[in-house]
Amino acid sequence: MSAEAPRVDGGPEGDDRGRRRKGGRDRDFPREDHPGDSYYGRPIINPPVWEEREIAGYLFTGGLAGASSILAAGADLSGRPALARGSRVMATGAIGVSLLALVKDLGRPERFLNMLRVFKPTSPMSVGVWILAGYAPLAGAAAASDVSGRLPRLGRASGLAAAGLGSTVATYTAALIANTAVPAWHEGRRELPFLFAGSAASAAAGWGLVVAPRRENAPAVRMAVLGAVVELGAERLMERRLGMIAETLREGSAGRRLRIAKSLTAVGALTAGFLGRRNRPAAIAAGAALLAGSAFTRFGLFEAGMASARDPKYTVQPQRERLREREAA
Amino acid sequence: MERFGFFTDTSVCIGCKACEVACKEWNDVPDDLVGWAGSSHDNSVGLGADRWRHVAFIEQPVPLGDQQANFQRDGGDFRWLMESDVCKHCTDAACLDDCPTGAIFRTEFGTVVVQPDICNGCGYCVPACPYGVLDKREEDGRIFKCTLCYDRLGEGQEPACAKACPTDSIQFGPLEELRERAGDRVRELHERGVGEARLYGEDPGDGVGGAGAFFLLLDEPEVYGLPPDPVVTTRDLPETWKHVGMAAGALLAGAVVCFVGTRR
Repeated sequence: MSAEAPRVDGGPEGDDRGRRRKGGRDRDFPREDHPGDSYYGRPIINPPVWEEREIAGYLFTGGLAGASSILAAGADLSGRPALARGSRVMATGAIGVSLLALVKDLGRPERFLNMLRVFKPTSPMSVGVWILAGYAPLAGAAAASDVSGRLPRLGRASGLAAAGLGSTVATYTAALIANTAVPAWHEGRRELPFLFAGSAASAAAGWGLVVAPRRENAPAVRMAVLGAVVELGAERLMERRLGMIAETLREGSAGRRLRIAKSLTAVGALTAGFLGRRNRPAAIAAGAALLAGSAFTRFGLFEAGMASARDPKYTVQPQRERLREREAA
Repeated sequence: MERFGFFTDTSVCIGCKACEVACKEWNDVPDDLVGWAGSSHDNSVGLGADRWRHVAFIEQPVPLGDQQANFQRDGGDFRWLMESDVCKHCTDAACLDDCPTGAIFRTEFGTVVVQPDICNGCGYCVPACPYGVLDKREEDGRIFKCTLCYDRLGEGQEPACAKACPTDSIQFGPLEELRERAGDRVRELHERGVGEARLYGEDPGDGVGGAGAFFLLLDEPEVYGLPPDPVVTTRDLPETWKHVGMAAGALLAGAVVCFVGTRR
């Protein structure tokens, strides 16, 4: 700490009071040990305690499950049995993995059922648990009926209901992470639902391309392209919205993951669009790229949020900006 | 019942950490001192599952009002800012809104408390809090934070930290009364030349509807590790749900488009 640092805000005789009113700041000496105008560079908010593998993984598997149920219902109604069965089985498997991951991530897994004590619209996690409680049995029933051949009408009805709920399974997770003080997630609250919907669609379509023969895969090809366009477009809008917080989407391991995600998604969608209908190996490769791209998107966004929580500047600077704007208004 | 809270007047904090110790003793909060943090006299780093009061230390080359520090060898100006941080017991509490089990509730004193017999450690309240108050106790799995000594309040006692504070930097009482007292204190400090004194969290019009535990600070909030303009995240939740609904609808509509007119 240096005595040469400019002296300001020295009480009644100080000449700085006008400056404080003007700029909203009362001092301007350098603070080497306080980067980002913070308490020794420490985070302001406590970063999430969620395990990356479980929760980022769930963002992916939940989306895959929900959109797979939708694809399966369409396939069922349009007479595409292989696409329907493959998607139903995947929806069930993915939601099963999701539930295991969610329970495992609890500090007290044996108290999982405490989630069902209450229903709280103010808590996206509570809403999500109830959605999953409705969705998982329906998805499972649709798959079981399809694979076993029993109770086909009930199976179809379950599959349609699972598709309806699946649209919320695939998108509520955006509210789950956006409804926090984590800057990159909270400020992305308008775009994240669409980004997740697109990512879920491209993942489910990816799996559809892997399992469906060429004569059945036309809807999967379309969904792959549409999903990828929405995913990439929403991410672009989100980056623009986030302002300086968008750094967390570009830098570090989050930036690397999201760049890989964009490449995989774009390549997968292009391959599906141009070759998916004609060439089975190309369709499978495109599907795998889309699945991997969706996973990278979720892990990248998860890490971007963590990075924005860890560095206090992403909390302080936008709030300062907000205060300045309010003062100016 | 009347709402109770804390007014923490940092201008008289001497950094003794009696509040930290009293809190740990009374509430049986595990020892987790990290050793000197390399940031002035701070050895507890910040609020968390095992730190319900945290004393921050900030050193600045700035004179404090009319005090003469004569602290540095070169006789330069110096002041030490010390602040005992604590859960804000927000009027609009994000942790309470986000808790999916109902473990977090508002007491008859207007405070916000986690019930340890219900919390299942989902951790949603941790990133919900705009102040970084709640955290998971890893060896336990559940979330812990300041209860504003719910058990003591029930017996007509003041919280342990306020009881132990030797300078009345931590004041406990009915919130309305504390707000009045805090306003008087700021005016007094301004008259005495401490123009930088300001209240933080006392305004019911702020982003959390006013904090139940508010502060008198001598610098910008972020210098103490506090957010300058905290907002309860659920304020934006209706907008978020609206976009989720639109996205879910778009997903279903998009799927229909994927099937329309496809030949087999």
